[in-house]
Amino acid sequence: MNQGFTIPKFQLPGFIARIGEKLPQWPHAVALTTALNAAAKLGVLPADSLAALDGKTFVVQVYDTGGQAAFTYRGGLFRPLFSPAGAPDLAFRANLSAFLQVAARQEDPDTLFFNRELSIEGDTELGLIVKNMLDAVDLSQFRLSLPRLPLNLPFSQR
Amino acid sequence: MDRSALPDLVCPAGSLPALKAAVDNGADAVYLGYKNDTNARNFAGLNFDAKTMAEGVRYAHGKGCEVLMAINTFPQPGRVADWRAAVDGAVDLGVDAIILADVGLLDYARNRHPQQRLHLSVQGSATSYEAINFAHREFGVLRAVLPRVLTLAQVEHVIKNTPVEIEVFGFGSLCVMNEGRCWLSSYATGESPNTVGACSPAKYVKWDKKPGQMDTRLNGILIDRFADDEPAGYPTLCKGRFEVQGETYYALEEPTSLNVLEILPEIIKIGVKAIKVEGRQRSPAYVTQVTRTLRAALDAFANESERYHVKPTWQAELAKVSEGNQATLGAYNRPWR
Repeated sequence: MNQGFTIPKFQLPGFIARIGEKLPQWPHAVALTTALNAAAKLGVLPADSLAALDGKTFVVQVYDTGGQAAFTYRGGLFRPLFSPAGAPDLAFRANLSAFLQVAARQEDPDTLFFNRELSIEGDTELGLIVKNMLDAVDLSQFRLSLPRLPLNLPFSQR
Repeated sequence: MDRSALPDLVCPAGSLPALKAAVDNGADAVYLGYKNDTNARNFAGLNFDAKTMAEGVRYAHGKGCEVLMAINTFPQPGRVADWRAAVDGAVDLGVDAIILADVGLLDYARNRHPQQRLHLSVQGSATSYEAINFAHREFGVLRAVLPRVLTLAQVEHVIKNTPVEIEVFGFGSLCVMNEGRCWLSSYATGESPNTVGACSPAKYVKWDKKPGQMDTRLNGILIDRFADDEPAGYPTLCKGRFEVQGETYYALEEPTSLNVLEILPEIIKIGVKAIKVEGRQRSPAYVTQVTRTLRAALDAFANESERYHVKPTWQAELAKVSEGNQATLGAYNRPWR
């Protein structure tokens, strides 16, 4: 897990989001779906949970980078959505630090939700399935070493 | 104090990684359930299938940690076989105890598997020593989990009058705590922990975000509205804010967490056998944080006894993961009964 270092709560300076919002968003979706498909291929995502995602649309938005990824799960594959139509079935929105803390299993999504640092909109049951599916991935079987993150960030922590 | 005289630390496991987190951070026992409505945390995607259950039991036992299986909902009409199958499966897995609430199921487990250790679930709603002794006499129950409604003096009174081990809650989200008898969720949705294994099932919950506010709706009923900087809670009726005679406030209960670190010495002194952490629905990160903090506190008491004091770092760690703005001692320190 997150032994050895701690991801602090931080917020990137506003100009990053202002630039990020103007950049194409599809690379985020491609990167995220590639990672999710790799995880699915490894068999670490429970089949019953994956089945519940079929045909659903998702948005993951990182407020302070101005980036967002829209994607769907269909026919056994996560696929980027290049021109998403209408509201997604499920949206997770947060600052980068919150997503990193969840990814590193340093913070519980419920904690971040209570503190209003993570927003979940749309189909609540779908959100729960996704959250619990990611929680159930047993990282210890991969001997994962987390990447060193540039934690001495040149801006103030909140 | 001899460490073996400490109460067991019983921690929640909603997934295999959460189970490993509990075991690795000092739990004496983990409690878990199947991926179905035979347990009271039947949330989408949570809990164990046959494969992860077997692996979890193997992992815990390999590290000397007990496994307690919660089968603590009430068998529904026409489906008693499902609950009996869950009991049989738990016995086959070699769990250390099965946590049951329904008397019919207790009777089945007692007769079918007389060697299996049985615990009375908090959902069994036994708050008096008479009720607990009844479960002991009729079904051989060896431990009872007390609902969070008793004062510490009342807990002590129960312990003095029963041969059954007593388990109490030590940390986690509080609700109205009418455990096993609460129908608020059914009032709004037609489904409750007793019947489907979930309070306020997610399919009825809608978080409605608008500029400057977020509405929480349960089956269409507005139960709370948060400003952007206000902490949120679980979407249950008991934690909603309602308009009562022109005033809008937490008419039943404010979202709050129980935290017994301050009264840990008293809990140990009166002879509590096990301290339970709420939160099978929470992530491995929560289980890690809470287990290691309570382990540190229990070990500190074993080492320092009279000099035990609550460390600010423990409280900070627990405050962070708490639901609501405040942690309380719940009913334990109520001046009234």
